[in-house]
Amino acid sequence: MKKLIIIGSGTGGTIMANKMRKSLDIDKWEITVIDKEKEHYYQPGFLFIPFGFYKKEDVIKPKYDFMPAGVNIIFSDVDRINGEKNEVILKDGVVLKYDYLIIATGARIVPEDTPGLKDGLWQKNIFDFYTIEGAVALSNFFKTWDGGDLVLNVAEMPIKCPVAPLEFVMFADAFFTERGMRNKVNIKYITPLSGAFTRPRASEILGHLLEKKNIEIVPDFNIAEVDNDKKIIKDYADNKVSFDCLITVPVHMGDEMIERSGLGDDLNFIPTDKHTLQSRAFDNIFVLGDASDIPTSKAGSVVHFSSEVLHENLMCAIENRPFTAKYDGHSNCYIETGHCKGALIDFNYDTEPLPGYFPFPGIGPFGLLKETRINHYGKLLFRWIYWHILLKGKELPISTEMTMAGKYL
Amino acid sequence: MATKTIDGHQVEVNDEGYMLNPEQWNKNIAVEIAKEEGIDLSDKHFTIIDYIREKILSGEALSLRRIGKSGVVDIKEFYQLFPGAPLKKATKIAGVPKPESCV
Ligand SMILES: Cc1cc2nc3c(=O)[nH]c(=O)nc-3n(C[C@H](O)[C@H](O)[C@H](O)COP(=O)(O)OP(=O)(O)OC[C@H]3O[C@@H](n4cnc5c(N)ncnc54)[C@H](O)[C@@H]3O)c2cc1C
Repeated sequence: MKKLIIIGSGTGGTIMANKMRKSLDIDKWEITVIDKEKEHYYQPGFLFIPFGFYKKEDVIKPKYDFMPAGVNIIFSDVDRINGEKNEVILKDGVVLKYDYLIIATGARIVPEDTPGLKDGLWQKNIFDFYTIEGAVALSNFFKTWDGGDLVLNVAEMPIKCPVAPLEFVMFADAFFTERGMRNKVNIKYITPLSGAFTRPRASEILGHLLEKKNIEIVPDFNIAEVDNDKKIIKDYADNKVSFDCLITVPVHMGDEMIERSGLGDDLNFIPTDKHTLQSRAFDNIFVLGDASDIPTSKAGSVVHFSSEVLHENLMCAIENRPFTAKYDGHSNCYIETGHCKGALIDFNYDTEPLPGYFPFPGIGPFGLLKETRINHYGKLLFRWIYWHILLKGKELPISTEMTMAGKYL
Repeated sequence: MATKTIDGHQVEVNDEGYMLNPEQWNKNIAVEIAKEEGIDLSDKHFTIIDYIREKILSGEALSLRRIGKSGVVDIKEFYQLFPGAPLKKATKIAGVPKPESCV
């Protein structure tokens, strides 16, 4: 029997288990999926929890529900990968051999990396919304908060879903307006980037949107430390911003297992060929999703588009053919802008997000880089699509490669 | 794309003033670009500039974190030497493209 191992059964690992089980002969190929957690979290849903739109139950389901028949599932922490010997070593010492390995271990937040971030005020006045614990603690805090300086700080790029922090402040604007206390809440967006977003056209348009909503942007701020006594964040140039409630999007890194395996860069992301998705270190290791270092957003849409490329290329490798699929960096994000409206962006390695319509040129129904009601419903609908279509590895009616049709240059 | 005369040399620059052709760079050009940024270059500046050129020209991506870990300079001192936005200023003076670490 030949062996395929998939480490991580979040968005990417689950999709690949479903796709590969369909493509590989069950008499010839054993597929094993390993994850340390039994629960699957719908991470884009975390954004909605602090504002009371979703509860914890809405974003969690058992991982078992999404695994196809004929796949072994092991719930265990992987200690390390030995790429020279084609082995995966579990925490309890069990050694598993593979012919091919897919790493889909995602990215995690590391608040410990910023001095003072996890000190006295952590989960009292300082919160994250990138974990379920953080999002739930923040929703409780907001229930009784009487206002003050609400400061959102992005510590360092890259982060998962770079639009999520923008959505957060726009939601906060709508949330406190609806509660009749917007005049008591001063919202600030503090970012290491030179503007609201990573690409110029989108940055300009999103920047205007924030201005319109009376949200102040402080750009080029690289956080150095948090002073818990004075409730101040400081950057390396000694700029200071004071807060009553600090929402942090902490430094992101790959899993520590990647470091132990000697496979990561200085943030534990895995050097990966951005077109083929093959690891740079070993020909029989492929990397999907947030765990890789490919230069596009760490987002579910990227996982989805690139999973089709990975599927095709892995089949090429298995059948001894040259790679036929090439990932173009396609990424696509719904952006919640508050008050039941939303925007949408679509881009790849070479083309920045542009205004226009998606997915059908001139018709939409979704408007690119524009605030519309239908975009908001697109995002809500996405949760259903995620659980029922995406994770099962089924095809969505959107093409993997980005198209320029319907966009305005 | 545009050309600009720096220290008597014609060099190609983008609209933000970043040199497009790292081979056209020399130390005198660096001194001139630095002046425009309000910086007087010292030996320490040049140690950092050399490090940046070496890394970028061999195809590595640079970030603030990587420079802080390089052993050449720590982040605090990097900020003191190139005030405000050190990575942007230092790469501009080093005649290499503006780093695109962020996506
Ligand atoms: C607040 C928030 C909002 C977001 N909004 C959006 C959005 O609107 N649109 C969008 O497209 N994307 C969004 N994302 C991003 C999206 O959720 C991720 O990009 C996507 O889930 C990544 O999938 P993945 O398979 O790479 O990693 P994950 O889904 O994170 O899965 C990684 C898995 O690996 C397991 N694992 C890690 N290390 C080990 C180990 N050593 N041993 C065993 N198992 C291990 C973990 O337990 C986990 O199950 C958002 C994310 C957040 C946090």
